[in-house]
Amino acid sequence: MPAGLYRVGEPTSSSPVFVTCNYRMTVDLVRGDLAGIDAWLLVLETYGVNVWCAAGKGTFSTDELVRRIFAVHLAEVVDHNRLILPQLAASGVAAQTVRELSGYRVVWGPIRSADLRSFLASGQKATPGMREVTFTFAERLALAPVELLGAGRWAWAIAGYAALSVIGASIGARGFVWQAGLMALFPAALAYLLGALAGAVVVPAALPWLPFRALSAKGAVAGAVVTVVALLLLPGMLGMLSAWQWAAVILGVSAFASYVGVNFTGCTPYTSPSGVERELRRAIPLQATALALSLGCWTVAAATRIGG
Amino acid sequence: MRGLRYLEDAVTLSLDADKCTGCGVCTVVCPHGVFAIGADKRATIVDRGACMECGACALNCAWGAISVEPGVGCAEAIIHSWIYGGEPTCGCSTPGDSGGSGSACCGGAPASPREISPTTPEGSDCGCGCGSGATGGAKPPAGEA
Repeated sequence: MPAGLYRVGEPTSSSPVFVTCNYRMTVDLVRGDLAGIDAWLLVLETYGVNVWCAAGKGTFSTDELVRRIFAVHLAEVVDHNRLILPQLAASGVAAQTVRELSGYRVVWGPIRSADLRSFLASGQKATPGMREVTFTFAERLALAPVELLGAGRWAWAIAGYAALSVIGASIGARGFVWQAGLMALFPAALAYLLGALAGAVVVPAALPWLPFRALSAKGAVAGAVVTVVALLLLPGMLGMLSAWQWAAVILGVSAFASYVGVNFTGCTPYTSPSGVERELRRAIPLQATALALSLGCWTVAAATRIGG
Repeated sequence: MRGLRYLEDAVTLSLDADKCTGCGVCTVVCPHGVFAIGADKRATIVDRGACMECGACALNCAWGAISVEPGVGCAEAIIHSWIYGGEPTCGCSTPGDSGGSGSACCGGAPASPREISPTTPEGSDCGCGCGSGATGGAKPPAGEA
């Protein structure tokens, strides 16, 4: 939606000014949460991106705020110099610089617009709870569908894994038997489905309860657990594949779930870039090793089956 | 953040207590309660491991007492920067910016949890609404009312 100054209710020159991004959903939320309160809403140009992401990307910035203050002639609209900003904009806006450049004082409002009403009622004071980000079960679960769909972007890797699985399973005691290899297609597809489920749904949903801090480790655990559960629950599964084939599936699922899991760091509000980088340096070689072992298991499975 | 902690010792945050004036802005802007004003009326780091390196404290410390290497804690952005070079940026791009990697999310979480909705009307592939250039239907700006 267009950046600019908007009315909420019937504001006067002494009404509070709230600043937000121009992500439509955010603006609607803030308007809704301010219902019954007369206020000004200064909407910045963040290209439809939410507050925190825009602050991180540098569009919800000191410059944009100062520019917008002058562009809407705020001084002709209100007779005070206080702007209430969402706290999460602080990674993009330097309050002291805003004051220097525009004369306006930034008041850091609560993180959630749902807290705006009580923030105002308590004389523009935020409680510690209003200042801390949360990542509740509902918030995490809301991300699962996005993650699940997003897992499709690694389809090329899965296709490669399936192809290599078929090749691996073709190489047995009798040389290269591609007909034997084709039977790896179904378990390879199964490995993909289980891995996506574990990494994109189980990791977000069970985040605090999965062991280890690293999300790649949480993903690997989720992958192994999901595979074992599928193995025990789905009728006929246990006998359909040999032990070596199941080992191949578990390793494949864990490696994929670990990779999907570590990518969930992009959606979490608590993982530091330094931590993610450190985690990745350890996790990627391990994930690659697990994949290689998984492919090896297909060959061993083929060799033992045909040989025995 | 209750129940969720990340790698404790991989944080670039540092605080120079000599430069601190005790204004307390770091305790206000930090979304993870990393700082507190101590008995000596200066800021102290009380929960270093909770820092997610968003950079809000350093940016808003008028005295330059805090330093941190801010960035996006997003695996895909970091991998992208390893492969293609440049600073890690999140995939949800401003128009004309092809940086990042089309990540499912966008480097840090949305500002308000309630922004996240799988039924985002401006359906981008991104849960946080990035790039969903909302159009139309908006009330006109009040302008210089």
